[in-house]
Amino acid sequence: MNTARTLGPALAATAVALPMAAIIAAVVYGAGGADAELWAHLREYVLAQVAWNTVVLVVGVVAIAMALGTSLAWLTAACEFPGRSFFSWALLLPMAMPAYVLAFVAVATLDYAGAVPMALRGWFGGSLPWPPVRSTGGVILVLALAGYPYVYLMARGAFLTHGARVLEAAQSLGLGPWQGLFRVAVPLARPWLAGGAALVAMETLADFGAVSVFNYDTFTTAIYKAWFALFSIGTALALALLLLALVAAALALERAARGRARYAAADAGYRAPQRLPLAGARGWIAFGYAAGVLAIGFALPAVALAHWAWKVAPVDLDARYVDYVLRTVSLAAMASLACLALALVLGYSTRHAATGIAAGAARVATLGYAVPGTVLAVGVVTVLGALDHGIAALTGREGLWLQGTVLALLLGYVARFLAVAHGPVQGGFARIRPSLEEAARGLGFGAGRVFARLHLPLLGAGAGTAVLLVFVDVMKEMPITLMTRPFGWDTLAVRVFEMTAEGEWERAALPSLAIMVAGLLPVALLTWRMERAARTA
Amino acid sequence: MSTLVSRTLGLAATLAMSLAGADQAQATGDPLVVYTARKYQLVDELFQEYGRERGIEVKFVTDDGAPLIARLTAEGANSPADLLITVDAGDLWRATEAGLLQPVKSAMLESAIPAHLRDPGGHWFGLAVRARTIAYSAERVKPSELSTYVALGDAKWKGRLCLRSGKHAYNQSLVAMMIGDIGEEATERMVRSWLANLAAEPFSSDTLMLKAIAAGQCDVAIANSYYLGRLQNEDPSFPVQIFWADQGGRGTHVNISGGGVTKHAKNRAEAVRFLEWLASPGIQKRFAAVNFEFPANADVEPLPTVLAWGRFQPNLVNVGTIGKTQPAAVKLMDRAGWR
Repeated sequence: MNTARTLGPALAATAVALPMAAIIAAVVYGAGGADAELWAHLREYVLAQVAWNTVVLVVGVVAIAMALGTSLAWLTAACEFPGRSFFSWALLLPMAMPAYVLAFVAVATLDYAGAVPMALRGWFGGSLPWPPVRSTGGVILVLALAGYPYVYLMARGAFLTHGARVLEAAQSLGLGPWQGLFRVAVPLARPWLAGGAALVAMETLADFGAVSVFNYDTFTTAIYKAWFALFSIGTALALALLLLALVAAALALERAARGRARYAAADAGYRAPQRLPLAGARGWIAFGYAAGVLAIGFALPAVALAHWAWKVAPVDLDARYVDYVLRTVSLAAMASLACLALALVLGYSTRHAATGIAAGAARVATLGYAVPGTVLAVGVVTVLGALDHGIAALTGREGLWLQGTVLALLLGYVARFLAVAHGPVQGGFARIRPSLEEAARGLGFGAGRVFARLHLPLLGAGAGTAVLLVFVDVMKEMPITLMTRPFGWDTLAVRVFEMTAEGEWERAALPSLAIMVAGLLPVALLTWRMERAARTA
Repeated sequence: MSTLVSRTLGLAATLAMSLAGADQAQATGDPLVVYTARKYQLVDELFQEYGRERGIEVKFVTDDGAPLIARLTAEGANSPADLLITVDAGDLWRATEAGLLQPVKSAMLESAIPAHLRDPGGHWFGLAVRARTIAYSAERVKPSELSTYVALGDAKWKGRLCLRSGKHAYNQSLVAMMIGDIGEEATERMVRSWLANLAAEPFSSDTLMLKAIAAGQCDVAIANSYYLGRLQNEDPSFPVQIFWADQGGRGTHVNISGGGVTKHAKNRAEAVRFLEWLASPGIQKRFAAVNFEFPANADVEPLPTVLAWGRFQPNLVNVGTIGKTQPAAVKLMDRAGWR
């Protein structure tokens, strides 16, 4: 390989990582203002507890999300049972439900004063045993239900691409459907499952909304408290850096554990899988399982939201909602395309740069997903504020050039969600066998033509997944939107915030429902594409 | 359909202008720019009304107090903001400490707003008052059983008290006030005795907590009165009542939603005029009424729902000093284990 060919990708990857590096630099700079006395207080009374809580939460959420996502993906990809084709797309629907909304619905309907236990006490008397909803188990379940679709999506993609041959191999070895899952499909799908697990873990670490509803203390709530209540933004940023270091270490460990194994596609000649029929009771158990997850994670909460939204719609629903939806969707579209473009650059670069620079840059560029949104937003406004001051000094005109523009908002979204696009795109690249590229190169195709004629078509599925994941995530995003939006750029999530911050959760049902409805479109697209890929491939 | 098209086009134009960092003002005078932690549904109508009266555009963004302060800090002299409005005196105190607000001298504001609800230096002024006091079950508790915040730690409330999360500013500011009143040691004892009486894990919202009283999970709680106002407005028979705490002592704890003119305000005169307009009697009534709060202007009566709870003596300590003590209060609550 010549230097030009490897240097270019390394530079490109570095360029993509620059904004995130600048944000991290701003956070490090801000963390310099940490208060030593406050830090001692946190060490004595706070850190051990929130560290333990955070570990329990992440391990619990990831374990349950992995179990749900992998098993459901296996059932819909490799087995045949009543309602399979419906569940194969419907199981993605909870993705459109923000975790903070699910959390509130759970507490408002299932806690002691909620409608469900109230009704049950009415029928059966006051002594009816009822589990504590606002508990560690409760918050873990809620975040796992909100997060399993990420695992489901990645796992299903992997199971479908590995295709019939894997299943045939499993069957020829005399393995049943569950043995096939554990002994063949899961080991082969490991990079994709790990990608899904990493997304769920990072989302959980950065979550503030859902844990707040459950009053569960994590690193993120400690960061908020140091800033909002102890008035020390420096200490808050120092805590965020500590969290970031732990995440980086965990990701490095995961990579080390995965070792040097290469995962290319099992075969390029994909055939529609022969699904294992689950006959009789087994089929109906599968049906009940999938229906149960869908009901708890989506259908029942959606009914509760619709009920509340119906009550407030006469007062709150008006023409402004058209603007909220249009703004929300256009921001999500812009951000998801930007993330895709940058993820393609990163994916291509890490594949083709011989040095470790590109891989290191990719790691930096995708760290933002583990950072609480507000901390990231502080980084963004600090960086852009400094640039604005520079521009003002150069031009002699005071005013904001970058801050408070849509550009600032997009920068925040890209910094936060690049990891979400990076995962599927990287997975897509991993499925392209190096021998194909070597063949194309051998035929005299340049790098550009290889990318356009070979990579892009083969990346179609991964790229589509990336765009739609970011799209849905941006629609649900709250703190970055709040802190960096220009005047007049209120979105549906902003409206949800304004209601929930005042404790008016039931009035927040209307914008929440609008987010879900607008989010269903991309989810429907995604599933339609998945199905089509499965049929036509 | 054509409106959808025109909206889309309008949105595209706005987008282009925002990308170019262009100013979107259309009205004749310079726009008034407000950063507000008092949320859209509580301010939009009055803000637009002022804009119409003055023939200017009132532009605003909402967020929590701390992020708005961080945004102001990063923008510095370039900031477009003229006014900062928060829902906690602590945030105004902190913005003043950070040099983000400028002093205002206004005879009108000084006579309309009581001294304990504004900064002695004129950096900020309270506009609506929220009282944090005792809420009790009208079915299971007699008001004669209640007296002070401290007395909620008595053994008779074991397993009957509910509290909101210690992470919330309203509780932190109450504890900060108590530190000023009875000292740090006695306050910590009080907090520990409260926690020993809890009927359930601390709640994430006052509304959920008040509903827990109604449902019978607990009998007493410490809540902001306006949350009950909203619930009683929906359901007049909601079985929870307000008791004004510490009436025999220093008075009930109050906090404010208030505002101050920013250090780098481009439209300072208009910002001061706007504060005076908000403090004027007719507007005060509506500013408080929309959220069942008390007007800061002592000459103005609150809503009948609010008046029905009876009159009370507020604690007259300056709400700004509460902001100063808040970090000490948070540390105390951490030590006591108030989650």
